[in-house]
Amino acid sequence: MIKIEAILQPSKLDAVKDALLEAGIEGMTILEARGHGRQKGHTEFYRGREYTVDLLPKVKIELVVNDDMKEKTLQAIIGAARTGRIGDGKIFVSKIDDAIRIRNDERGEAAL
Amino acid sequence: MLLAIILGMPGMAFAVAPDLGAAATAPPATQAQIEALQQAVTAAQQASSKAQAAAASAQYAGDNAWMLTSAALVLLMTGPGLALFYGGLVRKKNILGTMMQSFAMMGLVTILWAVVGYSLAFGHGSSFIGGFEHLFLKGVSLTPNPDYAPTIPEQTFMVYQLMFAIITPALITGAFAERMKFSAMAIFLSLWSLFVYCPMAHMVWGVGGLLNASGGRYPSLDFAGGTVVHITSGVSALICCLYLGKRVGYPHTKMQPHSMVLSFIGACLLWVGWFGFNAGSALAASSLATSAFVATHFAAAAAAIGWSIAEWIHNGKPTALGAISGAVAGLVAITPASGFVQPMSALAIGFIAGAFCFAMVFMVKAFFGYDDSLDAFGVHGAGGTLGALLTGIFAASVINPIFKDAAGNTLPSGGIDGHWGQMLNQSAGVAIAWVISIVGTLVLLFLVDKLVGLRVSPEDEAAGLDLSQHNEEGYDFNT
Repeated sequence: MIKIEAILQPSKLDAVKDALLEAGIEGMTILEARGHGRQKGHTEFYRGREYTVDLLPKVKIELVVNDDMKEKTLQAIIGAARTGRIGDGKIFVSKIDDAIRIRNDERGEAAL
Repeated sequence: MLLAIILGMPGMAFAVAPDLGAAATAPPATQAQIEALQQAVTAAQQASSKAQAAAASAQYAGDNAWMLTSAALVLLMTGPGLALFYGGLVRKKNILGTMMQSFAMMGLVTILWAVVGYSLAFGHGSSFIGGFEHLFLKGVSLTPNPDYAPTIPEQTFMVYQLMFAIITPALITGAFAERMKFSAMAIFLSLWSLFVYCPMAHMVWGVGGLLNASGGRYPSLDFAGGTVVHITSGVSALICCLYLGKRVGYPHTKMQPHSMVLSFIGACLLWVGWFGFNAGSALAASSLATSAFVATHFAAAAAAIGWSIAEWIHNGKPTALGAISGAVAGLVAITPASGFVQPMSALAIGFIAGAFCFAMVFMVKAFFGYDDSLDAFGVHGAGGTLGALLTGIFAASVINPIFKDAAGNTLPSGGIDGHWGQMLNQSAGVAIAWVISIVGTLVLLFLVDKLVGLRVSPEDEAAGLDLSQHNEEGYDFNT
């Protein structure tokens, strides 16, 4: 099993969600997050005072899939979220040891 | 009925004329003719006085309707107007604390005004402060007081002036935002209302006041409160932020406004409410009220544009906060002038005020480094002073023949009428407003500091006024 964590522009959430559903992904968890990568935020001016906003609003999608779904899922996210500009986000992939469905004790891939 | 009497009159006159003109030859008028004449005269007199009474009653009703509306509009400026404008400019942990400071004035000043404030401001006293004859509103009835407004009940006048007394201390709260104890704020501003606002209102508007435009020693033109409201609050605000010191972390910590949307709504409500403030200061639904209404609107618009242009040039982009701050600056500056100037003068005053207050907020504050958190001084103190002086230049007797000689002939008002000496009177008003604000505020802050302490603890300041002063939170999106 593979965990995929994708940090995205909030404006791309709907497109990514639709692409994932189309790719056959059935479950996901979405977190509202703040952060920055290399683009380091932006500046705002209020009555002449300059404020640097370095933590920007982001959306984080977490999902766990079978190993054979990995590439298809990644391509769905990349295809929907890429604009080619700085700030498009990042995806992290990691291995998952086990999964449990709380309702009936199903384990492993059966629980996904 | 009136028509019938008028038509009947020539006939009567004809019948009587021979009797008066040639008493020796014409036959004497009969008793019946004389009685008929007397009845007709009486009827005509009654009809005429009825028409006069009807006209007076209509005027009374119209004026009272406008003045009650204006009073409500001025209250709208404090809550929600100022509360939203200031509330949006603070960090979100201080929104309720900030709004409560304005709202507290709606309660506290009202009670003080009823007990003693109105008497101190508008009672007969010395040239500096009113007396105690209206203590507990004694003698403030539902009939007019010709000293102030001959066509509205004195209670209308009293409650209208109360709304000014409420917003003035509320304006100061912008200077000490996010760091003053609620208790200290309540005591300080209550005392301030009695010892700074009431004397200043009496000097400018009260019967026998030192600066009263009609009969004062230094007849100073202040139509709706440039000195009384904006200089006193703005200058006191400067003293407050100097006395209290900066917020913890200023200017290095980020303290940007948490909701431009709230401030935007608040500023627009202030603009609307200001029509009651300025046009209502005509104290009647008169053509002067129309003139003040137009001047008010024109100045606000020109100042919003003036500030925006200055900001655009200086910073590369016009901001929403700049545009609404400019509008408020223009409204402040036109306040003393609104009942004296022509529309084109109002545009000029607004434009100058927008650019001037922009410079005060962007450059002067940064240069001196004081923490006038929401720019109460930069907008109200600076804009009020500028407006009071510009009134001396732009006041025109064609709009408001305020100065008259002993024979009742109209005298020139301000500089554009050729009466540049008025600048001296305006300067006297400005100087007195500055002095009473500085001295009064310093003394009262010192007393309240000794009594309860002015500032919240650094821990409370970090937690925010909402939690530390009121045990509440303005926003809780988890419930």
